[in-house]
Amino acid sequence: MIDDLADRLAQLLPSDLPYCSARAVEERSEHLSVRQGVVEPVRTALDAGVMVTVWDGGGSGYAATSDLSDAGVLAAIEEARRWARHTAGIAVLATPPLGHPTGSYASPIEQDWASIPLADRLDLLRQQAEALAVDGRIVDWSAWLSLVDVDSVTVTNGGGRVVQRFRHVLPGLRATANEGANTQTRTFGGGAFCGQGGVEVLDRFGFADAAARIGAEAVELLLSPNCPTGTMDLLLAPDQMVLQIHESIGHPLELDRILGDERNYAGTSFVTPDMFGTYRYGSELLNVTFDPTVPGQLASYAFDDDGTPATREVLIRDGILERPLGGTVSQARSGVPGVANARACAWNRPPIDRMANLNVEPGTATFDELVASVERGVLMETNNSWSIDDSRNKFQFGCERARLITDGELGRVVRNPGYRGVSATFWRSLKGVGGPETVTVMGTPNCGKGEPNQAILVGHASPACLFADVAVFGGE
Amino acid sequence: MQAEREHLDALVGRLTGALRGAEVLTTSYRGEASQFVRFNGARIRQAGSVRQGELTVELVDGRRHASAAVTVAGDASIDHPRLDRVLADLRAQVAVVPEDPYLLLAEGQPSTERIGRGALPAPDDAIHAVLAAAAGRDLAGVYAAGTTTAGFASSTGQRNWFESATFNLDWSFHLHADKAVKNLYAGTVWDPASFARKVDWSLRQLEVLARPPLELRPDDYRTYLAPAAVRELVEMLAWGGFGIRDQRTRQTPLLRMHAEGAAFAPGVRIVEDTAGGAAPDFQEQGFVKPPEVVLIDGGRPVDLLVSPRSAQEYGVPTNGAAEHEAPESVAMAPGHIPADGVLDALGTGLHVGNLWYLNFSDRAACRTTGMTRFATFWVDGGEVVAPVNVLRFDDTAFHLLGDHLVGLTDEAELLLDPSTYGHRSTASARLPGALVEAMRFTL
Repeated sequence: MIDDLADRLAQLLPSDLPYCSARAVEERSEHLSVRQGVVEPVRTALDAGVMVTVWDGGGSGYAATSDLSDAGVLAAIEEARRWARHTAGIAVLATPPLGHPTGSYASPIEQDWASIPLADRLDLLRQQAEALAVDGRIVDWSAWLSLVDVDSVTVTNGGGRVVQRFRHVLPGLRATANEGANTQTRTFGGGAFCGQGGVEVLDRFGFADAAARIGAEAVELLLSPNCPTGTMDLLLAPDQMVLQIHESIGHPLELDRILGDERNYAGTSFVTPDMFGTYRYGSELLNVTFDPTVPGQLASYAFDDDGTPATREVLIRDGILERPLGGTVSQARSGVPGVANARACAWNRPPIDRMANLNVEPGTATFDELVASVERGVLMETNNSWSIDDSRNKFQFGCERARLITDGELGRVVRNPGYRGVSATFWRSLKGVGGPETVTVMGTPNCGKGEPNQAILVGHASPACLFADVAVFGGE
Repeated sequence: MQAEREHLDALVGRLTGALRGAEVLTTSYRGEASQFVRFNGARIRQAGSVRQGELTVELVDGRRHASAAVTVAGDASIDHPRLDRVLADLRAQVAVVPEDPYLLLAEGQPSTERIGRGALPAPDDAIHAVLAAAAGRDLAGVYAAGTTTAGFASSTGQRNWFESATFNLDWSFHLHADKAVKNLYAGTVWDPASFARKVDWSLRQLEVLARPPLELRPDDYRTYLAPAAVRELVEMLAWGGFGIRDQRTRQTPLLRMHAEGAAFAPGVRIVEDTAGGAAPDFQEQGFVKPPEVVLIDGGRPVDLLVSPRSAQEYGVPTNGAAEHEAPESVAMAPGHIPADGVLDALGTGLHVGNLWYLNFSDRAACRTTGMTRFATFWVDGGEVVAPVNVLRFDDTAFHLLGDHLVGLTDEAELLLDPSTYGHRSTASARLPGALVEAMRFTL
């Protein structure tokens, strides 16, 4: 369908405009869930529409419509023209910095979900849900699977044509245990165990073997003491590093925040343009990349939604800040080199600067070596609480589960673990980075930002990382 | 709107005509024709419009059912084959899924209509009004305006329809770094005088923000929370605190209220105020909502929001709650502190205009953390002294709305939700300000 639509859109775009594009998106999704042994209603969705963007006369505008008929698209073109006239002379950027690219992308798939009938998909979830209920104190439990297929095409009035086909797989498990006024929940990576691909994505994260462990850990947490309060070393598992990277590296480096676009909603940034090239963001162990080329990661692509070819770029090298997360428009506004990260969550929202795959590069330490280096500390796993100020500096994060570390040995499990810090100094306390065998390639399904609001999929990969002298606390 | 409604009626009629045997069909619809203008530095960052509609079709055969949400193009040549395919796909799914013990269909529910029409400004007029107010200043924000529609229709003949035409200007004036004043101007008729008063209020706040800021150390502070800040706290309570599913599965943040008898202050009354809100008075499965559901009264729990599915699961009547069982038109009863005398009532302490990015630090204890944001001031002897740099709080609602609550203001402010995830929100909150004897700040 998307190829036919691309041909039709290309014919409809006017040639008399300096720049005009049409980005059509068709998203098909299926959400399956089994809760407490009951198959919940199967939910599917088809979301299809097109956004026309016009740059003309020193202004720009967009019009998005779900009417994909010729008349609907032509009406959208006229509407976008009107918006360009409304904004002429008062827009932040007068001339289009965008090109006319051609190319394509498709998620790598080993086994298509079409090969697994619906009844078998439900059986898989039924089995996992059953395995979660390991104890009478488990009061709620569920297993789910979301499959999201997105086909997008962008054509321009200069002959550009980019077709991309994404296949996202987002599985989940959740067990909640309760006793009196104490409730503890354990999940499958807090939703971070997801990626592009087919059935094999489940194997990537060990979905079929996780349920009984998750159920048992929920009960174990119920019986565990609160995490102690104090300043100590903090070892973060990859499924907490996802959040740490996302909130205190990803968002502060978004160039549109630095330029002020998000000041009324998602916030600003403690990072300023003069910091690039000199600012020490973290210790020498910190290396961070923007890498949309990782096969199977949640936000891999070949072009962003402005049509900029996507390449791997180093953002932080040996702790020094090199480059922001800014797309072509933000780069033109600021004069700062960026990356191909102008992304829209759907056909009905315009591209803005987003994270894509934002990854901490592995170091050399084994997990055991990281633990052995800790005299007094705690290992935290799986994010369940996140809060950070609007400059992306003062943060407080919570995790589902933690284990004490004493004299280089992992000790007992503790519940309600949390920690506080300040981004500008936290990463400088990074004192150990796990090697490639500690890396998990993950994602975050709901990154919110933008006016109008957009929630988008982003990817994060990380090894286990060790931080010195962190303020740690527990519940109550 | 009439053409949109007629097109939907025709689609539902077509689907109903294609049903077989004992099949039943329900549909819910949400549509919008919206304009969005995004501002930064008193210039336009992005501007455009979105015209969209989504029809969710649920096919039921006995106790087996499945649903599909489908974009509506508004053009029969696209929508007819698309919906024919959807019906065939749903039929294939219904043949595979097991019977659902928690299925509850709307039966005997009334057909309703709630139409609100506005006088919205032309895009050029709105842009120029905002930019005129922003002249010489640093303004960021978004103007969102247009019509929103919602509907329910079933093969058994029930019809519900909702329309509204509103604008929502969500903006802030910025001084430097994170020193800014936020404001909202929302409604159905753009009134230049009302907008001018909002701008004047922001400018007065901005003057105080220009003073050197204070860096307060983490501690407990006497604090006044303006209605916008109270909204953030109430939204946290609404995240699982008012629905029956989270209460029965012990995941509610109000667990101590239910398990140990903990309570808010006696003056705290929280209701789902559908009659006083701006949202549709029916939910996706066609159940009509009562005008009011009392959630908290006298500081203690009263009723819970019960979706049709939970009603079947727990054997209680539904009160028309949506699946997520969270309020859409939450309201808190006002108290006795004069709204125009909050500085005197505060005396010495923090005046917090907005809170930001809240989350639970211990959900079972309803312990919540978050940040101050935008205009936060230190007040001494009833006089505003200086702005305060951002602070992190970490405290439980059982203190903030419980034993540490001094009182609530005597006026509750209507706050229309500016959220636009997926579509423009129709949620709202009507809340007073809250004076707290000691609020714990930690960073």
